[in-house]
Amino acid sequence: MSENYTVPTMAEMAAKNEAPEILFWVGCAGSFDDRYKKVTRAFVKILNTVGIKFAVLGPEESCTGDPARRAGNEFLFQMQAMSNITVLNGYNIKKIVTACPHCFNTIKNEYPELGGNYEMIHHSTFLQQLINEGRIKMKEGGTFKGKKITYHDSCYLGRANGVYEAPRKVLESLDADLVEMKRSRSKGLCCGGGGAQMWKEPEKGNKDINVERTEDALQTGATTVAVACPFCMTMMSDGVKNKEKENKVQVKDLAELIAESQGL
Amino acid sequence: MAVVQQILFFITLVVAFFFIWKRVARIKSNIQLGKQTPLTGETSQRWRNVLLIAFGQKKMFKKIIPAFLHFWIYAGFLIINLEVLEFILDGLLGTHRLFAPPLGGLYPILMNFFEFLAVAVLISCVIFLFRRNILRIKRFWSAEMTSWPRLDGNLILIIEVTLMLAILTMNASDQLLQSRDEHYAQTGRLFFSSFLMPLFDGLSTSALIALERFTWWFHIIGILGFALYVTYSKHLHIFLAFPNTYFSKLEPMGHINNMPVVTTEVKSMLGLATSETPTEAPGRFGAKDVNDLSRVNLMAAYACTECGRCTAECPANLTGKKLSPRKIMMDTRDRMEEVGKSIASGGPGLQDGKSLLGDYITKEEINACTSCNACVEACPVLINPLEIILEMRRYVAMEESGSPAQWNVMFQNIETNFAPWKFPSSDRFNWADELKSKS
Repeated sequence: MSENYTVPTMAEMAAKNEAPEILFWVGCAGSFDDRYKKVTRAFVKILNTVGIKFAVLGPEESCTGDPARRAGNEFLFQMQAMSNITVLNGYNIKKIVTACPHCFNTIKNEYPELGGNYEMIHHSTFLQQLINEGRIKMKEGGTFKGKKITYHDSCYLGRANGVYEAPRKVLESLDADLVEMKRSRSKGLCCGGGGAQMWKEPEKGNKDINVERTEDALQTGATTVAVACPFCMTMMSDGVKNKEKENKVQVKDLAELIAESQGL
Repeated sequence: MAVVQQILFFITLVVAFFFIWKRVARIKSNIQLGKQTPLTGETSQRWRNVLLIAFGQKKMFKKIIPAFLHFWIYAGFLIINLEVLEFILDGLLGTHRLFAPPLGGLYPILMNFFEFLAVAVLISCVIFLFRRNILRIKRFWSAEMTSWPRLDGNLILIIEVTLMLAILTMNASDQLLQSRDEHYAQTGRLFFSSFLMPLFDGLSTSALIALERFTWWFHIIGILGFALYVTYSKHLHIFLAFPNTYFSKLEPMGHINNMPVVTTEVKSMLGLATSETPTEAPGRFGAKDVNDLSRVNLMAAYACTECGRCTAECPANLTGKKLSPRKIMMDTRDRMEEVGKSIASGGPGLQDGKSLLGDYITKEEINACTSCNACVEACPVLINPLEIILEMRRYVAMEESGSPAQWNVMFQNIETNFAPWKFPSSDRFNWADELKSKS
């Protein structure tokens, strides 16, 4: 692509005395995980193309503390939260968009008690708004027309925060054939990665949760499993590999699918 | 004879209320072992939850068949118990069907309606027994459903069937007596019980009187006995579901309760101004035993009726891990009962060398939780097993430093690299290089 992509940091913007429309909170997975970095870049491409005035914290960003809190280390969580809030408040941040439901949940629901109050938007909702406003123009009969896509609900987006429809609206705009798994929305089955499970081996059992969930996804016959969370991305991708279906079934984030449909 | 019955009834009532009152006091003091936590949010939202979820049974209707059957039992419980008022007054005053004369034509209508409910309750209970024991619905047979919880579930249904049969038999014999003895107030034909009349038609008047008296006493003693039994049983949800929906969490499910003690300490460590000055010693971080949990958590354990919808939805349990959210609630209740019993008999209570975490709930169980909130979503009465799990993880992490080794590594990574993975924080922004180099 010949387009110019810019990724301004808050420090740069503040130096120019400018304020962004939104702060894009990248999250640790979006910054370090090779697979999820692609999602970060896809989302940045969309922001660039649509012409959203955004900024990232860049090197000033730091873990929200979600896994520490969920693993029981409240001290570490609050240390992380307080220092993030200091940075965010220092830049007078008002509106934050993130592609990680865990960051989304923590900043939205748990930072206010510690002095961090922001309008928090998950990228699925943000993308849906852009599509609704016509700022992302969806073409009729694009590359996804007639393709079966199934959406895996992230617990921290769905049950935890009631965001069920926005990701589905985004997928519907692709003109694809959206098929539901037997367990979806408020009854959606976890991928197995939440509650800090992402950082440890599962306890003894007779099956891995991500395999159980991947079976739900494969049963739909979908060739694309859409996710909206970095942990779901890892768990579902591993599940598809476990089932040796990686050549037939792809696991993609909503932002990647939209970027693809826009030829970005 | 009538006076003897009145005296006997009065004694029965006093004895029953004494034992029920004692149990209520015990349950209250057990719940008060827990910490008092401030209630946040709108009171109107809390009443909305009571109305919609407890009274309205909203969340029950996610499973339509049991919801429908449960609704009849619930409606029967609420409405048939109005008749118990007449039973008690009749018993005390030595009257018979006290409300029949003043209510006139309304009385038979009410009685027929009660009978309809009694039949609906009876049929529903029989179907529930069938589901539990013949269909063996999985959630009633999982690991924590040992012999007592299974027996408890069946006993409740059997007692209810028996009580309903008693009321119908009583009405049948009563109707037969109405044509033989004018002491018996005319109720008109009672539709459902009249089908039982041919069974007793051949009995002598004195035998009928005995049958009517026996079923009357059986029903009222049964109800009083059942009320006492309920306080020892999972069936306590019939009362505690209501306050439980009132006190349940109003924040989005993803929210984890803050620990203000930690906030104060962290703020002073970071040199940030704190408005609160630490007034008391922080006490224990997280929960090791029932007294570390909130009173709302403890009341929830008594409100749990062991339906197992939480466990049936739990991803850890579904994949063979030891964690079962229902067991978390059952263990909390059992431990409370143990402590309460010990305290009441002058024993060591909480200092008996045992604790909820360790002797009842293992680390393996709490470590298996993905905090996905499926259990919280599934509970028809808004019980939150996840809160208890997270409080125990807090205890293990902050008091024992006993978290799984891989979690300790994750903690270290966050402390040193500000990310849960072992990447240097200087690499955090490298993802953008590829985009920028294209420009």
